[in-house]
Amino acid sequence: MNNILLQSSIQVIPINWYILLSAALFTIGALGVMFRRNAIIIFMCIELMLNAVNLLLVAFSSFHSDAAGQVFVFFIMAVAAAEVAVGLAILTMIYRNVKSIDIDLLGNLKN
Amino acid sequence: MIKLIGLVPLFPLIGFLINGFIGKKLSKGVSGAIGSFSILASFVVSLLIFIELNGSAQKSHVVDLFSWISSGNLQVPFSFLVDPLSALFLLIITGIGFLIHVYSVGYMHEDEGFSRFFTYLNLFVFFMLLLVLGNNYLIMFVGWEGVGLCSYLLIGFWFKNTAYNNAAKKAFVINRIGDLGFLLGIILIFFTFNTISYGEVFKLANTGIAAQGTITAIALLLFIGAMGKSAQIPLYTWLPDAMAGPTPVSALIHAATMVTAGIYMIVRSNIFYSMSDVASETVAVVGAATALFAATIGMVQTDIKKVLAYSTVSQLGLMFLALGAGAYSSAVFHVATHAFFKALLFLGAGSVIHAMGGEQDIRKMGALKKALPVTFFTMAIGTIAISGIPPFSGFFSKDEILAHVYEENKLLWFIGSVTSMLTAFYMFRMFYLTFFGKFRGTHEQEHHLHESPKSMTVPLIVLAILAALGGVMGLPEFWGTHNWIADYLSPLIYRKNPSILSHETEWVLMGLAVAAAAVSIYTAYNVYRKNNILPAAKEEDMGGAERFVYHKYKVDEFYEAVITKPLNLISEAFYKFFDLKIVDGIVNGTGQAVNWFSELIRKLQTGNIGFYILAMVAGIVAILFTSLF
Repeated sequence: MNNILLQSSIQVIPINWYILLSAALFTIGALGVMFRRNAIIIFMCIELMLNAVNLLLVAFSSFHSDAAGQVFVFFIMAVAAAEVAVGLAILTMIYRNVKSIDIDLLGNLKN
Repeated sequence: MIKLIGLVPLFPLIGFLINGFIGKKLSKGVSGAIGSFSILASFVVSLLIFIELNGSAQKSHVVDLFSWISSGNLQVPFSFLVDPLSALFLLIITGIGFLIHVYSVGYMHEDEGFSRFFTYLNLFVFFMLLLVLGNNYLIMFVGWEGVGLCSYLLIGFWFKNTAYNNAAKKAFVINRIGDLGFLLGIILIFFTFNTISYGEVFKLANTGIAAQGTITAIALLLFIGAMGKSAQIPLYTWLPDAMAGPTPVSALIHAATMVTAGIYMIVRSNIFYSMSDVASETVAVVGAATALFAATIGMVQTDIKKVLAYSTVSQLGLMFLALGAGAYSSAVFHVATHAFFKALLFLGAGSVIHAMGGEQDIRKMGALKKALPVTFFTMAIGTIAISGIPPFSGFFSKDEILAHVYEENKLLWFIGSVTSMLTAFYMFRMFYLTFFGKFRGTHEQEHHLHESPKSMTVPLIVLAILAALGGVMGLPEFWGTHNWIADYLSPLIYRKNPSILSHETEWVLMGLAVAAAAVSIYTAYNVYRKNNILPAAKEEDMGGAERFVYHKYKVDEFYEAVITKPLNLISEAFYKFFDLKIVDGIVNGTGQAVNWFSELIRKLQTGNIGFYILAMVAGIVAILFTSLF
């Protein structure tokens, strides 16, 4: 009963809006990854992109009454959590070494 | 015993391996003994096989050793053929080879490359045996190339001398020209008959399935190979230069065995030549021309080995003349007798050179009769034998050849007879200048004169007996005697033309030949013995014509100007233009283009992650758009 209520409340808003919101979030994330230099912000932008996709998956799952999309979301969240753990550890190490998290300072491997 | 034919080439191979790998650690005596006894063992096996073959009714045995090449429809088993021809050649190669090995023990005694010498010599015998034993053209070709290699190694045996090295290279390069013809001949045989085994090829050829033109082409290509190996015009120039090698090498390789490989090959393939008149006539004409040409050069040479070398070329020409006239067994007969007396003459010359301390110029010899009695006596037999005086061996073989040529062509007979006359003259010229008159060398040399050791004189004596009595192999039919060698070889001569000469004609021809030889010898006696006329000591003293002939008709200079120089010029031009500009240009250009392009692309790799991601996103968007619209 509760479930059906939730489903219907999601379906109040047409699918197009979900798609547009996801696209906007994803684009913001992608642009942030491309143009920001602060490593933590880049990290957050990657999360934003992942969650934009999650949102889209959940929306479609609800509209199609198919649980497979939600299963994907759980997987993505788990993987993202693991990725954050590793990524933040790397960031900490970088900060300790160069006293900065500006990624442009990390071009040392190039030469 | 015939099944054990593999042993014959195996012994020299073992000798080669032992001397080649540990020869330097062995004493000279052991090294020489290994070299000589390996050949003696082969000789004994060959002799037993020869006797067994004569006793059995079947005259041709194929012994398969293993499957060698198997590719598509080309099947080449590694098999040996034992038949009258190969058995006879086995005896010549191992028998004379053994004598020359024994002689070498004495001759090379003081040489530092003693074991190396026996290594090469054993390897040579191995390849030569492979050449005559193989049951198909490919094995013959392997042996053919192998003996060429050993010839190269032995001519350049004293490799510290540049002139000797050049002589070795010359022999090798000129032989390559002939080898190419031989190889093309084998390929053509394969394409025509789909097999290269003797028995099958000859059977198919005899049925006449191949076009006349193809047969002629095969015969001529094989003959080009024979020209190179057996020193015929125009590829003969290497043989006189090959005298740079040690004298036993000249005796074994450049007189008795290797140079007769061409004759062996043509006798083996006699069916092609008897089927093609064009090829036969070519062989005869080239042979006659070579015989006469080389004999005239031999008339004025002053180096004892050069005289013998030109004599060898001339005698080989005579053998080819016989082949061209279809007298295959006579040619083989002459190969055998020539092997006896020419090996004897070369070894005798070696003994003389040994006594003279390396001197080879007959103008500086003379009166060696007393100091070298055994050498003198054996060389006298050799000289008489080659001059064609009965009852020595050379007389019978030469007379048989000339009689057969007379049947075919009177002009070629005349050339052959003139050659024989010249042969008798220059051989006795050499003989008188060497052994008679006054000694013309230095005092030290005169003091140093000595007869050679036993290891050298015994082979001389054995060869002298063979040279004297070798004629019994082929006594003429018209004497009412049995011509053993003609009967012996008849199973493998495919098309025979019976003799058409009457006995009277044969008697007249024989008488003429002996008279001609006698006249020549008398002339030589008159000039060089009685009147003691010496050849001009210096080139300037020679007459124009004599000097021209002395310089071998300037053939080497002619080849140099007509072939070598233009070839060098063309090569130079190709090197400068084609190699440096085009080939190098393509290679360097490719490298430069890659460099330039990489330099361009490299600029994309900024190291800025943001830029990479931008490019990636742009790419994804581009792919999305193209797949959407």
